[in-house]
Amino acid sequence: MENYLLEMSGIHKRFPGVHALKGAQLKLRAGEVHALVGENGSGKSTLLNVLGGIISKDEGEIRINGQPVSINGVLDAQRAGISIIHQELVLVPYLSIAENIYINREPMRGGRVDYKTMYTTAQKFIDDLGLSLDAREKVVRLTIAQQQMVEIVKAVSFNAKIIAMDEPTSSLSDKEIDALFHNIRSLKARGIGIIYISHRLSELSTIADTVTVLRDGETVAAMPVAQTNNDEIVRLMVGREVTNYYTRTYNSPGEVLLDVKGLCSPKVEDVSFTLRAGEILGIAGLVGAGRTETVKAILGLDQRTKGEILFLGKPLRAKDPMDAYRQGIAYIPENRREEGIIPLQTVRFNTTLKVLQKFIHGIRVNRTEESRITAQYMNQLSVKAASQLTRLQNLSGGNQQKVVIASWLATDPKLIIMDEPTRGIDVGAKAEIYALMNSLAQQGIGIIMISSELPEIINMSDRVLVMREGKISKVLSRDQISQEEIMKYAVNI
Amino acid sequence: MEKEKKNTEFKMPKMGGGLRSFLTQYIGQVVFLLLVFLFLSFATDNFLSSQNLINVMRQISTNMYVSCALTMILICGGIDLSTGSVMAFSGMIAGFLSLAGVPFWICAACSLLAGAAVGFVSGFIISSTNLPPFIVTYSMQSILRGTVYVITSANVLRLTDEAFLEFGGGSLGFIPWPVVYMILVIIATYMILNLSRLGRHMYATGGNVKAAEFSGIRVKRIRRFIYAASGTMAALSGLVYTSRNTSMQPALGTGMEMDAIAAVVLGGTSMGGGQGGVLGTVLGVLIIGFINNGLNLLRMNSFWQYICKGVVILIAVYLDDMKNKRMLRATGK
Repeated sequence: MENYLLEMSGIHKRFPGVHALKGAQLKLRAGEVHALVGENGSGKSTLLNVLGGIISKDEGEIRINGQPVSINGVLDAQRAGISIIHQELVLVPYLSIAENIYINREPMRGGRVDYKTMYTTAQKFIDDLGLSLDAREKVVRLTIAQQQMVEIVKAVSFNAKIIAMDEPTSSLSDKEIDALFHNIRSLKARGIGIIYISHRLSELSTIADTVTVLRDGETVAAMPVAQTNNDEIVRLMVGREVTNYYTRTYNSPGEVLLDVKGLCSPKVEDVSFTLRAGEILGIAGLVGAGRTETVKAILGLDQRTKGEILFLGKPLRAKDPMDAYRQGIAYIPENRREEGIIPLQTVRFNTTLKVLQKFIHGIRVNRTEESRITAQYMNQLSVKAASQLTRLQNLSGGNQQKVVIASWLATDPKLIIMDEPTRGIDVGAKAEIYALMNSLAQQGIGIIMISSELPEIINMSDRVLVMREGKISKVLSRDQISQEEIMKYAVNI
Repeated sequence: MEKEKKNTEFKMPKMGGGLRSFLTQYIGQVVFLLLVFLFLSFATDNFLSSQNLINVMRQISTNMYVSCALTMILICGGIDLSTGSVMAFSGMIAGFLSLAGVPFWICAACSLLAGAAVGFVSGFIISSTNLPPFIVTYSMQSILRGTVYVITSANVLRLTDEAFLEFGGGSLGFIPWPVVYMILVIIATYMILNLSRLGRHMYATGGNVKAAEFSGIRVKRIRRFIYAASGTMAALSGLVYTSRNTSMQPALGTGMEMDAIAAVVLGGTSMGGGQGGVLGTVLGVLIIGFINNGLNLLRMNSFWQYICKGVVILIAVYLDDMKNKRMLRATGK
């Protein structure tokens, strides 16, 4: 029998109405990076929360170094040497790094907190990991990447044997990801077992040794990364062959929809481009290159200092987004949770929010029309929800995004601006959204797609605007689009 | 996944669903209200007399006006602590004008306008700066209360105008005028919140301000409107009080905002915004009204009444919170 650091087997967890884990298992060796992948709702986070003692399992066994352990709370997990780094970091912003590391177990001397010991030991842990951080720095001043490092230091200071990371790279730049991977490798070298959850399959070959695939709460495969490939993993995740992941039929673009000339705002400079009906225009560039700011200036969400915008040949004078919306422009924002959805409200409420005038006249509400509109768009986008009255917070990320898109389609837009349309949603829903974008373009709707995911930019766009430091550095036509070309103009060489 | 999908089919709204959804949403409040009602019916001699019940309705009416407006404010994610002072301020304006011989309807109009104006100012400050509504309206409370004391020198204004006294003291048939206004206010609030586009926009604003803004909802306008509405309702409340007391007292309305907040939260509207409704508020105001009335009928010492009321509100809100958590868990995550 092989020696595993951690063995979770036969784990079951039932929530009212949902059987979230159905006998899932996970086996982790010491000094290994073990990727845990699966679609949203496949049970990854639930499994992690069971391990971390945040929720209790209904059935199943957890063994550490062969010994059964019972984990009934966060403290049990800590004592067993398990540390979990959540996607949303939970550090206290106005405390120092050291105070965060030692929170609730501050070194004491004579009834008072011994800050001197706290700072020196914290600094020692930081230095041991080869990080350039000052233990006295307040967490609020750190970048997300640095906060993640603090979480890792904290885990090490707990003497953790098992560190689980939930989507650690989702908000990091490429350079920061390299630094993170460097740290992960040094943790490996110390014999720590690492569970690594990520939606970015391309990372797995770089960082992971083994991979466990979850589907519908069950473990469908566990194997060395070297013996598999991304296509196989995707197939295992969705349980079927994903053919035509990107759907795109190019058609000859129609009339000019949008003509932007010399647009300037406090954050962008001299941006000019046109968009034709039926065209998908990709906007690529690094985070902070002015992509989102460009569309915000077009919509009037950011102030416009110079330049002219023609929409369907007429000047677009958007002081607030309502003006743009009224003329047939839709904007699907980047941060779904913060800017896109009303989480406590129902699918019906969210879907119809922008077209209330279609069924509410004064105080007469046509409920039949309201549910008809909702049903129409739920069907068109195949939104998976128990009913029209399900609250948005109970849907998966992909379905939430579909509802956001549905609510905009209901306004019959001529131009749709999508900012990171597939961020944080699973492969199945991604493919559906690509297919939808394609059919919208075929119907003659113009689409502007901002994205940091090069594959989707490359496979979906008719043309690509590459932005750098608030300016357009290159417009690539379809035959010129390639990863190398985009990166060349996105990065200042 | 397949079984989830077919439920998105088009369904006709069921008849009679209104009552059922009302009961599932407010079952706690309804049961609590019935318990209080039954207890008082047996524990006191005259609780069930029509005289007493009409009396209770008259007593709760002023709280109902401000609670209805406050419901909209809480749904939008705000709060209004200035209510009590606005009552005194607009009551004072009406009182002075009336004593100067101005016809009552002009006094009333000016008073309501003054209430709307001070509410609008609060709303304007809140929507154009990012100051917390708690602080802005608390400051407004202090400023207005001070203003009233400065102008009246803490003196009581005695009213003599018949029309003014009829406004809050008279009745339409056997229904007191304040109760008539109360019914109108409830209906109007219900229409705004449940039947109009504005109401949906309010729920969206309180549910997620950013998403509302990105959807093209004019959040600033809504904020100005609700605080102006709250000011107007406070003024109406002030007018009715002043009329019923036949005098304007500078301490009028002190602590009113707290009774209103308690009633609205008791009615299931969340302090966090985006959830709730006026029907719950009606139940909340009724519960607090019956408790106040019952404790009086039981001849409880008024100091003990405060303690008793506080405990009962705490229990009722706790029960509602429990029910909501259970419902949230039942819907999935």
